[in-house]
Amino acid sequence: MSDQLKIDKITTDLLQSIRLNRSFMIWFGFLGISLVVCLGAYVLQLKDGLVVTGLRDYVSWGMYISNFVFFVATSLVGMLMSAVLGLSGQKWAAPLARIAEIIALAFAAVAGLVIVMDMGRPERLLNVFLHGRIQSPILWDVTVVTIYVLISTLFLYIPLIPDLKICYDKLDKLPPFARNIYKLLSLNWTGSPQQEKIIKQSTRVIAIFIIPVALAIHTVTSWLFASTSRVGWDSTIFGPYFVTGAFVAGSAAVIIAMYFYSNNYKLHDYITEKHFDKMGKLLMLVSLIYLYFNLNEYMVPAYKMKKFDAMHIHALFTGSHALMFWLVQMGGLVIPIILMLFKKIRKPLPLMVISVLVLLGAWFKRYIIVVPTQEHPYLPIQNVPLDFKVYTPTLVEILVTIAPFILVLIIITVLSKVIPIIPVHETIEQLEEHK
Amino acid sequence: MSEKEEKPRKKSRREFLQDLGIVGIGTLLGGSAIFAGVNYDKKKKASDRMRVLTAENELLEIEKSDTTKVVKSQLQNLTYLQKQGRDGLAGRRFVMVIDLSKCRNARKCMSACNNAHHLNPDQHHINVLKMQETKETPPYYMPKPCQHCDNPPCVSVCPVDATFKRQDGIVLIDNERCIGCRFCIAACPYSARIFNWAEPIKSLEDEGQTYNVELNVPQRKGTVSKCLFSADRLREGKLPYCVSACPNGVYYFGDENEDTVTNGTTKETVRFKKLLEDNGGYTLMPELGTQPRVYYLPAKGKEYPFQEKDKLEASEHLENS
Repeated sequence: MSDQLKIDKITTDLLQSIRLNRSFMIWFGFLGISLVVCLGAYVLQLKDGLVVTGLRDYVSWGMYISNFVFFVATSLVGMLMSAVLGLSGQKWAAPLARIAEIIALAFAAVAGLVIVMDMGRPERLLNVFLHGRIQSPILWDVTVVTIYVLISTLFLYIPLIPDLKICYDKLDKLPPFARNIYKLLSLNWTGSPQQEKIIKQSTRVIAIFIIPVALAIHTVTSWLFASTSRVGWDSTIFGPYFVTGAFVAGSAAVIIAMYFYSNNYKLHDYITEKHFDKMGKLLMLVSLIYLYFNLNEYMVPAYKMKKFDAMHIHALFTGSHALMFWLVQMGGLVIPIILMLFKKIRKPLPLMVISVLVLLGAWFKRYIIVVPTQEHPYLPIQNVPLDFKVYTPTLVEILVTIAPFILVLIIITVLSKVIPIIPVHETIEQLEEHK
Repeated sequence: MSEKEEKPRKKSRREFLQDLGIVGIGTLLGGSAIFAGVNYDKKKKASDRMRVLTAENELLEIEKSDTTKVVKSQLQNLTYLQKQGRDGLAGRRFVMVIDLSKCRNARKCMSACNNAHHLNPDQHHINVLKMQETKETPPYYMPKPCQHCDNPPCVSVCPVDATFKRQDGIVLIDNERCIGCRFCIAACPYSARIFNWAEPIKSLEDEGQTYNVELNVPQRKGTVSKCLFSADRLREGKLPYCVSACPNGVYYFGDENEDTVTNGTTKETVRFKKLLEDNGGYTLMPELGTQPRVYYLPAKGKEYPFQEKDKLEASEHLENS
């Protein structure tokens, strides 16, 4: 009897977020208006060309490409949390798996749009499929990102099937069409042992399969740079360097989401301080690995100071990009690592603040990887106007860069309003196991 | 049985005579037709036949009536121009040699190029750089076109086959295909490529003109542009725009297969390999393995003074070394 009460409490707690309230409307309206403003900036870019950005012949990849790398990076957390932690039996991470999957799916799906925003001729996108050449890393990227989005959708959907049935059963106040959608999507789930087995097995297969695909998307993304012979990009460690950096960004994003969900959806009983503590340790671990790669990436060329490497290193360490470089390295990596050593810092609020810093650092880190390299080509930049030599993003460009973030927030907001963000079925199952 | 056999024999005898008649008349007619035909052919004048040189360099004689004129409209056909632009010129391997001892920064190459390809004055297919290797070594001027690498990084990374390498060694770009991802710009170690960030300056003037891959005109907003070795001029058997425009004899241009290069100013033709051998020819950044088709002769025994005002700019690229 008391078990049944507990189950009822879990169900009500976890399903109570599925409703449209005033604050949601305000938030959604805000997102909608911001998106329109940002898309207005993009229309301007479509009309006048990329001249509305600060990009020119020498620095021809800027904020958009940094943004693309950041989006792909953040989406990797789905694989880390759900697949790696799940398969290695880290039960504590189970309630967070769906949050991670939602973030992964939103960022991965929007990453494809980010790259279109950078194109000079977006209306010719189909050429990539009509005239695609397999030796171009862009083709590999398009292929693996598409696969990753599909697998991530399945990874989100399949464990969700029992919950959709619960939604259909319990959310009787919803209009019939909404309930019917839940019923339709729950694929006649009855909870029979055979169905349970199918779900368990397919989730496991996807969890295994998603690991190489996720590694591939960010490795290939790093090869967009590493496949050139430019100083600062011409590096053999770019694959693992990007992948570990991706875990840093993704873990920080999950912590921020956890904080807002636990407060706004009153989920303190499900997203507990223990979860924040564990996530803090995870973020510290991946940040440490990333710091190690940073050390390799910068100290090895800095020791030798070959002519062109030296130009690049000087620009980063003491030159025009030094402020951003050190803010990112210290404020986005070293200081957070030190702080997260302390248990007190791994409490929800301080950890959320640190995660915001880490995530900001992660975005600017991509900028530091993408932009300065192009300001130091092998041959001198001469006989061109000043704005060709130094890249300064424009307002239009910044707005267009913000647009995908709004899209991601819209996707996350909508998803967390229509599905329980903590797996209900699994939580009940765990309760029964502990009995 | 025997009676039955006899009947057809009689019939066939009659028929044989009939057939003989038909064959006889047929032969007569056929013979006279051939006779008339041969006579007709003899009557034709020599001026009805013409000699043509095929692309494979074979001289053939054919009848004028068998030829079809290449209609002008075909040269205004985009698909035709695109195919011609991708095929290139068979049997040729174009090379350029730039003699740095002669360049005095006249920049006539740059303006000729900009005019031909309808470029923005701030953007260059060919750029005369002020170079200096170390503080102690003297500065010099270095014209830098696209290097038309035999192992072109730009072509490898292009996702849509918009930029390609032709059989005659030239790397071109089809701006009707280009999606504007700018991966080729990122990949080129020689900074040889430019992008149409805005509507090209002559877009109004060029409106309605069929796009010529070998000239890259009209330029298109949102696509990449680059030096073409003046592929359109080469098709006409002329030297590239920059080569012809140089007043100082800096450029030699020619065919590696023929082992000859012609100086654009003096029109003197010399042996390509010997020119390199006698003057210590080299390529830019050979360590990158790009295998350029543009060769440089060192600025040995410069025939001009390096201008004082350019010295600072030349030394800028060394500031940290």
